[in-house]
Amino acid sequence: MPTHAYVPHAPGYVDNDGPKIVTSRFPHEDSFTLARAEATGAYDGLRAALDKKPADVHGEVREATVLGRGGAGFPAGVKWGFMPPGKFPYYLVVNGDESEPGTYKDRLLMERDPHQLIEGCLIACYALGLAQCFLYVRGEMALAQERIAQALNDAYAKGYVGKNIMGTEFSVDITLTWGAGAYIVGEETALIESLEGNRGMPRLKPPYFPAAIGLYGQPTIVNNVETLANLPWLMLNGAAQYKTYGSEASPGTRLVAVSGHVQRPGVYEIEQGVTTFRDLFYGDNFCQGIREGHELKMFVPGGGSAPWFFPEQVDLPLEAKDVGAAGSMLGSGAIIVMDETTDAVKAALRLVRFYARESCGKCTPCREGTTWEERVLQRILDGEGRPSDIDMLLDIADNISPGPYPNAADPAQGLDAVPFPPKQTTICPLGPSSVAPITSTIRRFRHEYEAKITKRDSIPVSAAPVMARAMEGES
Amino acid sequence: MARFSDTNLSIAHDIISRYPRPKSALIPLLHLAQEQDGWVTDDAMRHIAELTGTTPAEVKGTGSFYEMFKFHPVGKYMVNVCTNLSCQLLGGEELLDHAEQTLGVKAGGTTADGMFTLEDVECIAACTEAPCLQVNYRYKLRISHGEFDAMIADLRSGKSTDIPEHGTLAQTRQAIPADRGAGIVAPELARDAPVWLARNDVADGGDSKADA
Repeated sequence: MPTHAYVPHAPGYVDNDGPKIVTSRFPHEDSFTLARAEATGAYDGLRAALDKKPADVHGEVREATVLGRGGAGFPAGVKWGFMPPGKFPYYLVVNGDESEPGTYKDRLLMERDPHQLIEGCLIACYALGLAQCFLYVRGEMALAQERIAQALNDAYAKGYVGKNIMGTEFSVDITLTWGAGAYIVGEETALIESLEGNRGMPRLKPPYFPAAIGLYGQPTIVNNVETLANLPWLMLNGAAQYKTYGSEASPGTRLVAVSGHVQRPGVYEIEQGVTTFRDLFYGDNFCQGIREGHELKMFVPGGGSAPWFFPEQVDLPLEAKDVGAAGSMLGSGAIIVMDETTDAVKAALRLVRFYARESCGKCTPCREGTTWEERVLQRILDGEGRPSDIDMLLDIADNISPGPYPNAADPAQGLDAVPFPPKQTTICPLGPSSVAPITSTIRRFRHEYEAKITKRDSIPVSAAPVMARAMEGES
Repeated sequence: MARFSDTNLSIAHDIISRYPRPKSALIPLLHLAQEQDGWVTDDAMRHIAELTGTTPAEVKGTGSFYEMFKFHPVGKYMVNVCTNLSCQLLGGEELLDHAEQTLGVKAGGTTADGMFTLEDVECIAACTEAPCLQVNYRYKLRISHGEFDAMIADLRSGKSTDIPEHGTLAQTRQAIPADRGAGIVAPELARDAPVWLARNDVADGGDSKADA
């Protein structure tokens, strides 16, 4: 293969000897084709589900405690149960709009195993009487869209999707639809707005969650790609088997993407609550250590929105409960590792700039706040910072996500004021997400901020523009 | 120019038929318009408004929210360099600087020959393969400065054939065959419980969904 050719088979996934629930087909080069999928048991899970009553399929999912893998980690079976009975039609919307910094898993699932996703959708539709399913894929993921389109066409031709699936009365249409580049559309109500043909801005909830009033005002289930990809395996092997993996609170496996300064970055399927961050970063089975000659400075445990962790937290297991108690969250399973060469202020600015750019503008604290955070951080990095800037940053952060926080972590862990779960003055958590990098780095690396600000004190305030003008005149 | 061609018009009707309400087809139709002309023209937006029963202002209002839609001509190749945190840690910003030098334009600009538009984009979900970029939404992973220059040279000379033109998003479109389709209807017209849910009642003798 030429070095700079379009890659036919998405790299990134690293095979290891752990249990494989969603990645069992990944090692095959042609895992996305119907032939390979059928040869390795695709649609057997659907067949098993169709033999049961819909309520039993739902019961199985609830029994297995399949946690949502999109970020919030809410049990899928419980979420399904929120739909008001009798208010037909119901809709299923699959959230394939993956764009949280560091997150990588859904694209792999869609590119490498679209049939597993389709099968998962069908099982959910059967269990709940969902009339129609919309697969919403992020606009930039052209290959994922093509693979899913091909898989859907093949599945329609074989009678796995459409009218009277596998000769039963079960009939569902799955429509592939795709976005056009907006991070906020990953929020479930924004996704529904986008699907209705509007600007992707989140809706206010509560009182009405999409399960009660969603797409076209009808009850709608929004599930993440990975959540649904778990269902075929679950139908074949049962809830009891599913619960033998992972911990009691978080059964099963999950995909995590470890990027940044590690020896072997990649997407790994790990057991929830069993594998620790230390295993993940230093284990031979996983990342094999921080890059040569460097040491861990900090890491983001669950996507750009999560408050950061430091070397003291490296022994925590990847369990939502433990990570939450320590003041952060596992979110979308994106782990970004930074070694001691990383400039904390610069790294914080990069994530803040992301949120400033992607703010939809609906709520003023987020629209204005993220922009100001970006400007102040940029000013500090440019050597123009003022001594009051650190307090100003904390003040802006407090306006978006006000403290004190009821579930604040143990002060001994150095994360005393980490806003988790965030209190927010905005409709969705995008604004509070921008606060996490700032509070995490200021509390831990205040000296880095101060060093950048005081360095500038040696130049008189009035001299800077004069010097700039003089230098322009020279060139 | 700019209204849908006959082929695209039939694709547009097909796309609209896949949604319970025509307005839902706005984003796919804007993509289709962009595939046809390279960018979204005012005429195309008027046409989409006619097709979906909305107004041109609604079409523009929706379209302008999304980053991928361009309302002015862009280059044949969109070069989108990721500079988000994972890529930044491994040289994404340096790659963007290098790209600006090689192409002679700042991020957001289009080269004089109309071949390349350079963009500084947010996370494109290839974080473990940093630094990465997309050319017309096709990935180039772990790309070095030398590889970047070679890629640009290849695209300029027409040697690379693996990158489709800008806007060609999904070469394989999904088609719901008429005989196999379950039938997509507006919510007002489909108020009954699906037939297969009745299987719950046979054994239980009751509505087992109520306790769900």
